[in-house]
Amino acid sequence: MSGLSIENLSMRFDLPNGTSVQALKDVSLDIAEGEIMSVLGPSGCGKTTLLNIVAGFLAPTEGQVVLNGHRVTGPDAERGMVFQQGALFEWMDVRSNVSFGPRMAGKSEAQWGQNVDHLLDVVGLRDFKEKAVFELSGGMQQRVALARCLANEPDVILMDEPLGALDALTREKMQSLVLKLWKETGKTIILITHSVEEALLLGERLLVMAPRPGRIHKEYHLPFADLGVNADLREVKKHPEFAERREEILGMIWDMEEEIMGRAEATS
Amino acid sequence: MIVFVLYAAIFVASFFIVKFVVQTASTDYTSLKTVTFGDESAVTPNRIASVISVLTIFLLWGAFTGSSMVPGFLHAPGPFKGDATFTYTAEAEGVDPDDATVTVRVFEVGTEVDVPVVEPGDGWALNDADTVGAWRSGLIRVDKNDAFGRSEGHKIVAVNGQPIAPGQSVQTEFGRIGMSPKGTLNFEPAKGWQMEPIWLPPPEAVISRLGEIASDGYRDSTLWEHLGYSLFRVIVGFFFGALVGIPLGYAMGLSNWFRGWFDPIVEFMRPVPPLALIPLVIIWAGIGETGKIILLFLAALWIMAIAARAGVSGVNITKVHAAYSLGASKFQIMRHVIVPNSLPEIFTGARVAMGVCWGTVVAAELVAAEKGAGMMIMVASKFQLTDIVIMGIILIGIIGFGIDILMRIAEKRLVPWKGRS
Ligand SMILES: Nc1ncnc2c1ncn2[C@@H]1O[C@H](COP(=O)(O)OP(=O)(O)O)[C@@H](O)[C@H]1O
Ligand SMILES: [Mg+2]
Repeated sequence: MSGLSIENLSMRFDLPNGTSVQALKDVSLDIAEGEIMSVLGPSGCGKTTLLNIVAGFLAPTEGQVVLNGHRVTGPDAERGMVFQQGALFEWMDVRSNVSFGPRMAGKSEAQWGQNVDHLLDVVGLRDFKEKAVFELSGGMQQRVALARCLANEPDVILMDEPLGALDALTREKMQSLVLKLWKETGKTIILITHSVEEALLLGERLLVMAPRPGRIHKEYHLPFADLGVNADLREVKKHPEFAERREEILGMIWDMEEEIMGRAEATS
Repeated sequence: MIVFVLYAAIFVASFFIVKFVVQTASTDYTSLKTVTFGDESAVTPNRIASVISVLTIFLLWGAFTGSSMVPGFLHAPGPFKGDATFTYTAEAEGVDPDDATVTVRVFEVGTEVDVPVVEPGDGWALNDADTVGAWRSGLIRVDKNDAFGRSEGHKIVAVNGQPIAPGQSVQTEFGRIGMSPKGTLNFEPAKGWQMEPIWLPPPEAVISRLGEIASDGYRDSTLWEHLGYSLFRVIVGFFFGALVGIPLGYAMGLSNWFRGWFDPIVEFMRPVPPLALIPLVIIWAGIGETGKIILLFLAALWIMAIAARAGVSGVNITKVHAAYSLGASKFQIMRHVIVPNSLPEIFTGARVAMGVCWGTVVAAELVAAEKGAGMMIMVASKFQLTDIVIMGIILIGIIGFGIDILMRIAEKRLVPWKGRS
C-alpha cells in the first residue's frame, strides 16, 4: 500500500532526574500520497518529536510508522527533511549542496545535472549556483534547502518550521513557492509551523495538536492550499472561511496556552 | 626610568600631532557613527600609530646606545671619554700638605690606550696619570710616586679642595671619586644615559653581526642551518603530532570507548607544559634530533587531539540529520560533513600548536642542542655576545610571526566558511 501511516505512536522521554515527559500519546494518522498537511500546536506539544520519529531520527516507545508498506526504522532518502536553519553545508557551494543526495547515491553529473539546474531555476537561484551558501540571505538559504531536498526525490518531505526564521515578506513568497513545488512535484508533505495563517494556507489538512501528553486535538480539511496554487495568497486570505477558521484555531491554541500557564502557576 | 617617561611622552605627543596634522578625510560608514566608544567594530588599528610605534622603538634603541643610525643630536648623553683631571691634597708626617693633579684618560673598552704623559710638578706630592675604561672604574694609587709613601703617613684629605675620608666620595664634572676603606682613590667616570654595548648593543652592531653570521656562520653552522634546524624540528614534530592527534580526536569525538579511554590521558597531559617534559625527554632520548622531535610531537599531539575532538562535537546535529535524510552513509557523513565541519577548529588548533611548538623548540635548544636558534643565543649569552642574543631573539620573533601569518593565510584559503555557519 502506498502512503504514510502513523500507528498508535507514543513517545516518553525519561529524564535523568527520574521524571519522564510524555511527548506523544497514542497518535494515529494516515496521510495519502501527494497530500500536504500542516501541523500546529503550542510549544512543547510534540510536533518536532512526531516529525523526528517519522524521519527516523527517533524510535518511538510504542507504535510504528509505515511508509509504502514497510516499517520506518531509521533515516532514509525516501523521507527528506527541511530544517528551520543551519542544515546547509557551508563548505559546498549552492549547486553542490543541492546535488548532495544524488552524488551520495553515486550518480554521475550526467544523471543529476539537468534536474538540479532545473530545481535551481524553479527556486530562483540560477545565478547563485557557484556562490558559497553563507553568502546568501536567510530566504535564499531556505530555497537551497528546499531544492536540495527535492533533488533527492524523496517520497515524503518533512518540514520543521522551515520558514520560521524568515521575515514576513520573504515568508509570504516562500509560502507560494512551497505550494508551487507541492503542485509541481506531487510529493507528500508534512509541514510544522507556529503560524496559524501559514498552517491554513499550506495545509490541505491541518492538524492541531495539544500538549501533555502530546496528542491530536482536532483535524481540518481545508480548500486554501488548492486555491493558493493558482491565486495570490493575499486573495486567499480574504476568503470568508479563512478568517473564521483562523479565529477558531487561534482561540483553541490560546486556550491551550492558558491552561499550560495555569498549570505551571499551580505547580510553582 | 627616563626611557619610559620619554616613551610615554612620544606616545602622547605623536597622538596629538597626528590628530591635528593628519586630517583623515574618511567618509566610510564607520566615520558616520556617532557612538564609537564601546563599539568594538569601530576600533581599527591606526596604521600611522603602528608606524610611529615601531620607529619610536628603534629611535629610543638608537638614541640610548649612541647608534650611528640616529643623528647625533638625538643621542642621549654618552659616557665621558677623554682626559679627566682632578687634584688631591695629601698629608704626611712632618711636612705641610701638598697638592697634585691626577690625569685619567677614559677610553672606550676594546680600544688601545696610552697613559697620558704629565709633568711631575712641584712639591712632594707628584702629579699622576692613569687610564680607566668608560662605564668601568679604577683604583688610582696616587701615593706611589709621591716623595712620602704610606709608611710615612701619606693620607689624602681632599679632592678638588673638598675634604674626603675613607668611604666618602666627591663628585666632579668627570665623574665620581670615591675613597676605599684603605684610603685609595677610586675613579668612576660619568656614565651618561647611554647603555653599555654589553647590555644593549646599538642596532647597527646587531645588523652587522647578522651579516657576519649569515655569511660566516656561528659555532660550525651557518645562520640558515641554525634556523633551519629549529624550523625542521617544529615541522616534523607538528606533522607527527597532527598525524596522530587528529585521528585520535576524531575517534574521541565519535566513540564512547575511545572517549572514555583517552579522556584521562588527554585531560592530564593537556595542562602539562611541554617545557616540563624537556628533562624527561633528554633522559630518554638524549639531546639529539629524536628527543626534540618527540618533545614537539607531544606538544602538538594533545592540542591537535583536543581541536579535532572539539571539531567533531561542534557539528550541528541538524547537518548530520540532513545528510542521513539525503541518503548518505556513515562513511560519507564522515567524509563530507564531519571532517569539513571540523576543519576550522583543526586550523585554530594547528595555529596554537605551531606557536607552542616554536616556543618549545627554542626552549629545548636553550637547554641542550648542537644546532638551532635557541642554542645560538644561549651560547652567545655565555660569551656576553649580546648582539647575537638580540639578533637571535628578533629572528625567532620574525619566524614565529611568519608561521602564524602563513597559517592564517592557509586558513583563509582552505576554510573560508570558518565562523560563518
Ligand atoms: N531529547 C529529549 N529529551 C527530553 N525531553 C524531550 C526531548 N525532546 C523533546 N522533549 C520534550 O518533549 C516535549 C515535546 O517536545 P517537541 O517535540 O520539541 O515540541 P514542539 O516541537 O511541539 O515544540 C517537550 O516537553 C520537550 O521538553
Ligand atoms: Mg519544535
